[in-house]
Amino acid sequence: MLRLPPFRLVEPRTVYQAVVAHAELGDAAYVAGGTDLYPNMKRRQQTPRNVISLARIPELTEISGTPAEGVRIGAGVTLTQLARHPMIVEHYPAVARAAAMVSTPLLRNMGTIGGNLLLDTRCNYYDQTYEWRKAIDFCMKRDGAVCWVAPSSPRCWAVQSSDGAPVAVAIGAELTLASVHGARRIPASALYRNDGIQYLAKEPGELLVSYLLPPAGAWRATYHKLRRRGAFDFPVLGVAARLDFAPDGVVTAARIVLGAVASLPLEVPEAAAAIVGKPLDPTTIAAAAEAAFRPAKPMDNTDFPLAWRKEMVRVYVRRALEELAR
Amino acid sequence: MTDVLHRAADVSPRAVIGKSWRKVDASAKVTGELRFADDLTLPRMLHAKLLRSHVPHARIRRIDTRRAAALPGVAAVLTGRDLPTPFGILPVSQDEHALCVDLVRFVGDPVAAVAARDEETAAEACTLIDVEYEPLPAVGSIAEGLAPCETPIHDHGDRGNVHKHVALEFGDVDAAMRDAELVREDVFFYGGSTHLPMEEHAALAHWSPDGTLTLWSSTQTPHYVHRALSAVLGLDPARVRVIATPNGGGFGGKSDPFSHEIVVAALARATGRPVKVCLTREEVFACHRGRHPTLMRVRTGVRRDGSIVAMDFTALLDGGAYGSYGVASTYYTGALQTVTYQVPHYRFRGARVFTNTAPCGPKRGHGTPQPRFALECHLDKIAEALALDPAEMRKRILQPPHSVTANWLRIGSMGLGACIDAVVAASGWREKFRRLPYGRGMGIACSSYISGAGLPIYWNDMPHSSVQLKLDRSGGVTAFCGSIDIGQGSDSVLAACVAEVLGLAPGDVHVVTGDTNLTPVDLGSYSSRVTMMTGHAAIQAAERARDALADAVAARCGIPRERLVFTERRVLDAEDPEHGVSFAEAVQIAEAMHGAVGTVGSYTPPRAPGRYKGAGVGPSPAYSYSCAVAEVEVDPATGIVRVPKVWIAHDIGQAINPTLAIGQIEGSVYMGLGEILMEEMTYRDASRNLVHHHPSMLEYKSPTTLEMCEVESFLVGEPEPQGPFGAKEVGQGPLLPIPPAVANALYDAIGVRVDQVPCTPQAVLRALKEKQRGGAGRYGPSPAAFPEYAFPEPLRVRTPAQGGDGRAAAREAR
Ligand SMILES: Cc1cc2nc3c(=O)[nH]c(=O)nc-3n(C[C@H](O)[C@H](O)[C@H](O)COP(=O)(O)OP(=O)(O)OC[C@H]3O[C@@H](n4cnc5c(N)ncnc54)[C@H](O)[C@@H]3O)c2cc1C
Ligand code: SF4
Repeated sequence: MLRLPPFRLVEPRTVYQAVVAHAELGDAAYVAGGTDLYPNMKRRQQTPRNVISLARIPELTEISGTPAEGVRIGAGVTLTQLARHPMIVEHYPAVARAAAMVSTPLLRNMGTIGGNLLLDTRCNYYDQTYEWRKAIDFCMKRDGAVCWVAPSSPRCWAVQSSDGAPVAVAIGAELTLASVHGARRIPASALYRNDGIQYLAKEPGELLVSYLLPPAGAWRATYHKLRRRGAFDFPVLGVAARLDFAPDGVVTAARIVLGAVASLPLEVPEAAAAIVGKPLDPTTIAAAAEAAFRPAKPMDNTDFPLAWRKEMVRVYVRRALEELAR
Repeated sequence: MTDVLHRAADVSPRAVIGKSWRKVDASAKVTGELRFADDLTLPRMLHAKLLRSHVPHARIRRIDTRRAAALPGVAAVLTGRDLPTPFGILPVSQDEHALCVDLVRFVGDPVAAVAARDEETAAEACTLIDVEYEPLPAVGSIAEGLAPCETPIHDHGDRGNVHKHVALEFGDVDAAMRDAELVREDVFFYGGSTHLPMEEHAALAHWSPDGTLTLWSSTQTPHYVHRALSAVLGLDPARVRVIATPNGGGFGGKSDPFSHEIVVAALARATGRPVKVCLTREEVFACHRGRHPTLMRVRTGVRRDGSIVAMDFTALLDGGAYGSYGVASTYYTGALQTVTYQVPHYRFRGARVFTNTAPCGPKRGHGTPQPRFALECHLDKIAEALALDPAEMRKRILQPPHSVTANWLRIGSMGLGACIDAVVAASGWREKFRRLPYGRGMGIACSSYISGAGLPIYWNDMPHSSVQLKLDRSGGVTAFCGSIDIGQGSDSVLAACVAEVLGLAPGDVHVVTGDTNLTPVDLGSYSSRVTMMTGHAAIQAAERARDALADAVAARCGIPRERLVFTERRVLDAEDPEHGVSFAEAVQIAEAMHGAVGTVGSYTPPRAPGRYKGAGVGPSPAYSYSCAVAEVEVDPATGIVRVPKVWIAHDIGQAINPTLAIGQIEGSVYMGLGEILMEEMTYRDASRNLVHHHPSMLEYKSPTTLEMCEVESFLVGEPEPQGPFGAKEVGQGPLLPIPPAVANALYDAIGVRVDQVPCTPQAVLRALKEKQRGGAGRYGPSPAAFPEYAFPEPLRVRTPAQGGDGRAAAREAR
């Protein structure tokens, strides 16, 4: 079988101990559920000498707050807990649904929302064993020089593949990050960068502490996921949408975010513009779907041919908006 | 007492056969007690890893293992020079080496091996082996494989990279075609797929100081592994013992002798310590031996009533890097078309090419799902052109039972008509076909499969299966047989056959299987042969034991021998059931009279009537038949196809154990569904070194329980005269109708044809768009681009109807 490379495991009990450990150890990675990090380590995509487990930090596993004032979710809450939490299911169904759509029950029992929001970008040339990658002489994201997806490109196009991230961006969630230099609070959208290698706008030592949901109110959100099979599979397209409605049904604000078509959750303001100030009807929905379709730029590095994936943007955006119109 | 009499009368003739007894290994499996190869450990055991080629085609200039050998913890390093003798499953293609000697032929070809104190050290040592390669041009497709080339992948084969070409003509196709009222030609492509057993291959070797070798391996064919191991290691076969461990799934993927099996044996010999290897999932993808990607053209002439006047079938197979079972696979793509429907004149041309990808071989259905897909979709189109109901049309053209086909295959029982009737009735075919709303559809397809190959893999005239029974004075019976349970339940079938004859319960029979020291030869778990052949051998051995006991009991108890009945662990007088002895007493009486009680039984298939070159592939003691109806739902916006339900009927003759049989049917439906909906072995192009796209269980897509359809299964048919208790195969055949039934249902649902497996959403959408633009609404290989290959003149064979004798016409005969 594939074996993990040797590493040292550190198990801090507080956020402070964890960030200090990271600062002191240098060559270190945080691990929460390990469902992303450990397979990657087995394939030698990441080979930290030290691994800092977050599993024993109680503060990271709490859910607090109310829908009226906003809800704080600890980064260490598992996807299973999130998907089943009555308050989340009732007031933030898109968050619960995205969590429930990740992989399999077993993975959701281990995987955390923090790890999900920070998921490494993915690519069929990268999520492979060391031996496989050696056969193509590696690639820019790890151990190599070129990008096999776009050989003349100076950047890596690995795909944002988290189900949770597009929802976090769409609903306008915020995140708190901690490091030895202190804590900061940022909008979820500020966490991501459109670069397959530098996909997070955070220092490696910064620990994601909490995921803050905005107050529930006159808005509705949803998440639609395209994948080959009903389980296991990462999204090859995600559509997260949040629409704020006036009492007469006119859309007052909209945020439509696509997953898996770029290296970050891709906001498509063009699509939002097509519906804001209007009621949701077949015409406005079709216009929004068309507007979302154009900027989507899937690359040939996931399951399914890219032309079909791009075509599906239109269908999936339409279906997501149709659901919110109901 | 009347109760006993009643039961005695009731249980005869069949107490066990036809009943769903619990599998003999069921508790061991569900409690986790069963030990698979990777569960085994021995004291002082070392772990092995293989270094595999990372280039698709190259000459090995130099291998330097010094740095690896110097790594602390490394016990031995081997390269191809240490194991120069070639091997291969078929005597005609001995083209593999345990470790490559001069050439590497695909990414994943094993080049060197290390034994070390643990897996991590062995893996690290592999990275320290320096190999210098001189790259050679790589061949990545059927078309490239057919083209002339300067550096063929092998120095054997029929022409360039063409490993094997065959051309056979039964009757006179061109003349018969002239009488056709409709001639239709179609081309199809069937993509490659792999077996994906849950258990990765694993093997453990032990070398004893007295020079004997024991290998435990997850293999479907311990007998062939035994032969290859002895040959490559230069050991007297009597000093080699191969023990097949229960397979965690095989499906044909563990039926070749493999590099890693030979390598651990050689490493055990080199180090004097036990050596184990457990392959990674990626290495299992490299072992492959799965479905050949196959491009096909079929031209059929029919009359208005649907009857076939002649058929011309061409198949081009991508064989991957080695021979494996490929010669047989090539013939199989042409052999069984005639077994379902009457084809009076038939021409088959097939060619298998080598490419620099993982070797193809036998996957469930071996060589026949591809032509079956082509044929059943082709017939669906013909039925539509003739305005006939496709189920009705098939029923009209069935090959009759107890007949000989144009290509000289002897058909016994033939229950395909009953299969069609069963699924047509259960599925509501008549109410639904062409009547469901847009987006939903029904499709039908039929098939047939062999119940064991008529010939062994290497020429010999010995039995294909043998069983030994040991009867103990305590009343226990042990059955020894070389067969191996790969999850299909062959151990349970063996126990059931013995139990039935001796009046015992299957659980009373201990089975010892798949151990070349302890068990007589059985050729292995492939070609759906085990129930047929082991079953017969077991029955023969058990009948001999029953006769020996009956003689002794008759003499001792004064009961006329012909009145003795074996039932419920007793041997009693049928006319006076209180008069008798327990089974244990019967054994004691026999043992006292004649000494130890042991018997043997064996089975050799009947000789087939074909005498032409190539007649060896296709014959079987009996053919199973299946018919499936699939219902599909298609989302026209995405092209995504869902299959809510499949109805399938299988002519099994007589089920030995109906629950096991239905398990095989459902498993086959699952696998067929995976092939038509998503599974595909694909490689990047030569600029990316022909690497496999996705050698992992995550990205090689096979259905989950959520994609699996509801299955309604029917076991139909008459007991087969050639079968043990009337049984025929069920392990492979039911896969065959699934892909074409789904493709035909797709057409019924949205009016487009996807002449390709897998039938992906983008293919469906492309076909739909083409149709919306006024085109034919078809997605599949282009007929115009079908590669032309200069086949040799076909070997001409007169058919039975023409008064032929099974031989090729004189001018071609050698
Ligand atoms: C077979 C398979 C299928 C999958 N399918 C899906 C899918 O469909 N959708 C999907 O979204 N994901 C999928 N995943 C990915 C993954 O399982 C989930 O995203 C999961 O939520 C990750 O959480 P984790 O706690 O296990 O992350 P980990 O593996 O523990 O961590 C992931 C990354 O985040 C970092 N990290 C984790 N927590 C913190 C923190 N609090 N602060 C700072 N850094 C942190 C780690 O250092 C690491 O780089 C799949 C994984 C597998 C193996
Ligand atoms: S997008 Fe290019 S650089 Fe990035 S992982 Fe894939 S192949 Fe490598």
